[in-house]
Amino acid sequence: MIPVAQNNDFRDQVMVATPGGERLKSCIQCGTCGGSCPNGADMESTPRRLFALINAGERDQVLDSNTMWMCVSCYLCTSRCPQEIPITDIMYTLKRMSVAEGHAAGTDGAALARTFTSYVDRYGRSFEFGIASRFYLTQKPASLLRMGPLGLSMFTRGRMSLTPTRIRQVAQLRAIIDKAKELGGAS
Amino acid sequence: MKYAFYPGCSLESSSVAYDMSVKAVADKLQVEFTEVDDWNCCGATEYHTVDALAANAIIARNLALVGPDLDQLVAPCSACYLNLKKTDKLMVEHADIDDKVNQALAAGGLHYEAGRLKIRHLLDVLFDDVGEQAIRERVVQPLEGLRVAPYYGCQIVRPLNGFDDPEYPVKLDRMLGWLGAEVVDYPVKSHCCGGHMAQISEEQAFELIRRLLHSAAEYHADVVACLCPMCQLNLDAYQGRVNNFFNTRFELPVLFFTQLVGLALGIGTEELGFGKEIVAAEPILATRIGSTADAVPEA
Repeated sequence: MIPVAQNNDFRDQVMVATPGGERLKSCIQCGTCGGSCPNGADMESTPRRLFALINAGERDQVLDSNTMWMCVSCYLCTSRCPQEIPITDIMYTLKRMSVAEGHAAGTDGAALARTFTSYVDRYGRSFEFGIASRFYLTQKPASLLRMGPLGLSMFTRGRMSLTPTRIRQVAQLRAIIDKAKELGGAS
Repeated sequence: MKYAFYPGCSLESSSVAYDMSVKAVADKLQVEFTEVDDWNCCGATEYHTVDALAANAIIARNLALVGPDLDQLVAPCSACYLNLKKTDKLMVEHADIDDKVNQALAAGGLHYEAGRLKIRHLLDVLFDDVGEQAIRERVVQPLEGLRVAPYYGCQIVRPLNGFDDPEYPVKLDRMLGWLGAEVVDYPVKSHCCGGHMAQISEEQAFELIRRLLHSAAEYHADVVACLCPMCQLNLDAYQGRVNNFFNTRFELPVLFFTQLVGLALGIGTEELGFGKEIVAAEPILATRIGSTADAVPEA
């Protein structure tokens, strides 16, 4: 049994950063989440266990966990949770905290998110070829060889553009993003 | 029927067949889609991993760009659909988020009134608004004999999006039935395709893809029908690598449901983007329904 901490700043932060996150306090440790999760078997802690660790204030153990990076955002746990805890959204919060506090440095999940968002910031659109090539080149160059034939067959079928599409109002988008980052906080 | 339309980035590249078939089918069914002018990426799952407020703000920019003459916004991609819907809902339910998102939008000279738009998935619109009668009466090439596995994936029905059951959805099943197809009732139709896991951790992604292909094949599906670009990409483009990884021999064509709707409505295969799938669908279509729709005269 993992003890529940009395003064738990960590849990409060997780709850404040997640709309509806106060439901976390109502977790009854039933395990429906982990049992439903398509990647549950590969998680160091299932969501149930992770929530017990959050309630115990085990900040480092939680933020170092692979759990949130194994989350595929399928929302099966969320739609099944009898306590209506927004589990998938809490996973997003933990990813952000983990990145912000340097726990996820170098992980593929964090690197993909960083690469993806940098293209969106620059062009206003996702750019599959650019994202994939930069991500594989920096994170896992050995896989580039295996990805080559797949990329080629996508290209020959007209399913891969080699140049990005740029929206007209990139400056407007950037102003919105910059203001949002300045406002920050929970949302 | 008039709607604002948000194509999403995939429809410009990896899912160009979806884009082509959506346009052809909408035209045939007299549904008017007006593309949101200068729309930006919804941020997929990635932007939420980096910055929640910025993620909601870039999503809300798309909502704000919809002209005042339209009050419904349609997305063909489940991830875009969920993002657009979720941000709108967050703004409706949380005044502080609404306030901050609109402050961010104001920096770009925009404003969005939370709750103004009804956000719909393409399947929902074709099923509920166009409806059974209008689709049935336009079918000129029934898909009789073709066994189709409807694949919903996750984000069209979860979390509790309200237009179909979150674990046992049926609307795509029924629509395929209107087309005359044999609908395959298999147990994993709303299980996850792995989303972006194929990039992050192949082993986990390949296992999720394998489970889906295995179940569809076990129930003797001829083809799988998707309603999300990510699902189609994972099941189709990675099928060969899944076969190598597990030493399996799946050869299951994976199409967009709109390609099958278009085929039944008599639209030519080229116009519907057939041939862009990695696992070719033409051979099984020729076997099951005789000829391709190119030979069918206009209805």
